[in-house]
Amino acid sequence: MKNNEEFMPRILAFLCNWCSYAGADLAGTSRIKYPASILPIRVMCSSRVDPLFVLRAYLGGADGVLVAGCHPGDCHYQDGNYYTRRRFVALKKIVESIGLDSDRLRLSWVSASEGQKYAKVATEFTNKIKELGANSAKSKIFL
Amino acid sequence: MTKALKLNKSAEEGILEFLKYLLESGKVKGVFTLKRISKNSAIAYSLITNPDELKDAVPFYPLMPVNAGKLMSRFTLKEGAKKPVAAILKPCELRGFIELIKREQGTLDNLYIISSICGGVFPSRTEVDRSAEKKLPKYWESVKKGEISPDLRSVCKACEEFIPYTADITFDLLGNNDIDKHSIFYLNTKKGEDLAKDMKGDFSEKEFDRKKLEKINEKRQAEKKKLYDEIGKKMNGIDGLVEIFGRCIGCHGCSKVCPICYCKLCEFESPDSEYSPSNYETELRKRGGIKVPPGTIYFHLGRLTHIGISCVACGQCNDVCPVDIPVADIFKKVGESIQKMFDYVPGKDVEEEIPLVSFKQEEFAEIEE
Repeated sequence: MKNNEEFMPRILAFLCNWCSYAGADLAGTSRIKYPASILPIRVMCSSRVDPLFVLRAYLGGADGVLVAGCHPGDCHYQDGNYYTRRRFVALKKIVESIGLDSDRLRLSWVSASEGQKYAKVATEFTNKIKELGANSAKSKIFL
Repeated sequence: MTKALKLNKSAEEGILEFLKYLLESGKVKGVFTLKRISKNSAIAYSLITNPDELKDAVPFYPLMPVNAGKLMSRFTLKEGAKKPVAAILKPCELRGFIELIKREQGTLDNLYIISSICGGVFPSRTEVDRSAEKKLPKYWESVKKGEISPDLRSVCKACEEFIPYTADITFDLLGNNDIDKHSIFYLNTKKGEDLAKDMKGDFSEKEFDRKKLEKINEKRQAEKKKLYDEIGKKMNGIDGLVEIFGRCIGCHGCSKVCPICYCKLCEFESPDSEYSPSNYETELRKRGGIKVPPGTIYFHLGRLTHIGISCVACGQCNDVCPVDIPVADIFKKVGESIQKMFDYVPGKDVEEEIPLVSFKQEEFAEIEE
């Protein structure tokens, strides 16, 4: 990247199949604009996301990691996102306690009808990461 | 108030007499305890059925060759103990065992748990270089006074959970000035009372000396703060982690000895975590270099997310690390930070669910952005 170019973060997004992925789809088909920083990965449920995935992304140099699922109470598998929530709370705390930047991790609830919200989340998160700058893990050799 | 049994013997003799009584009366068929297993004073956990073998038993020896919680799990896996066994565990070993039971890796059936108000243990290396034996008199002196012996494991010095939670019988050690003269057994449960029922000794209603224990706790807390400050300074961003874990050789010894890490097929030893030539190539293209073996920070952070919630801070991982990474110090600090969020003390109650496999509908709403 040249110095005069604006820093465009790379954000890995784990989107649940039933809500958030459909929401992202809706954002696309509705032609709502949002930054091209998001790399989506579709998972069947947000609770499929082992905290290890998030850590691997972080240490692998992703500038941000987004986990998105159905709103609490709306999980396709009844309770999946409640587990996600607890895990994510714990993961964020671990990342924070060990001295890493927990602001690079984000959990959002986006339903299938919330194309607007998905675009908003993507834009907000991208802006926040832009403020934080690039993930220093990216350039580290010895991880 | 709890029932208590008092024997007019030193702690060392008292516990042995008690165990001998249990075996000879047939109340238990086996005793699980630390024992000298050779003349050069090697100490190991042993399961004893012959009362004569008890003469070399050293139930409260300040060493933890293996976390006995892990051993009890192996011992009771699937079917449970066939015959009644009395097991002498340290509080953190007991808590580790309880955490394993929650994960269906053992049961308390047919087990009588005897634990103690624990003064902490030495690092395992003191047994290897035979310095443990020399440190013993000083150790017992500090136990009597309720002080922190300088020879303890770092996490023992900072341990606030020295009173066992779910033991059938608690033996009074730490802060008890009279351990040379008396042995006091607190009979916490019906099971514990049944064990001691016909034993010759003074029975009474007694209470822990809470005030004294509170004072000890204060000392431990001060020590904990010191430990956390020290390790907290090192845990500073990616650079800090490289500094700490950079010398990790990837032996996974810390997970092998961990009482909570029970998976037979560990994620980090599965082919998924193996680096293929193409992985190396990608990494090299991206970073221009790679540490080998790779993924050591990932391993430790990953293990934190898997077992941090149940870490009992026994310190076993510190002891086995061949390159002296303060794994236990880090796990104690970070583990405690998440345990606090869920108001969870690992191993406190066998009925309590592990926070990460349960949930409440209304909680942590603020985490969603």
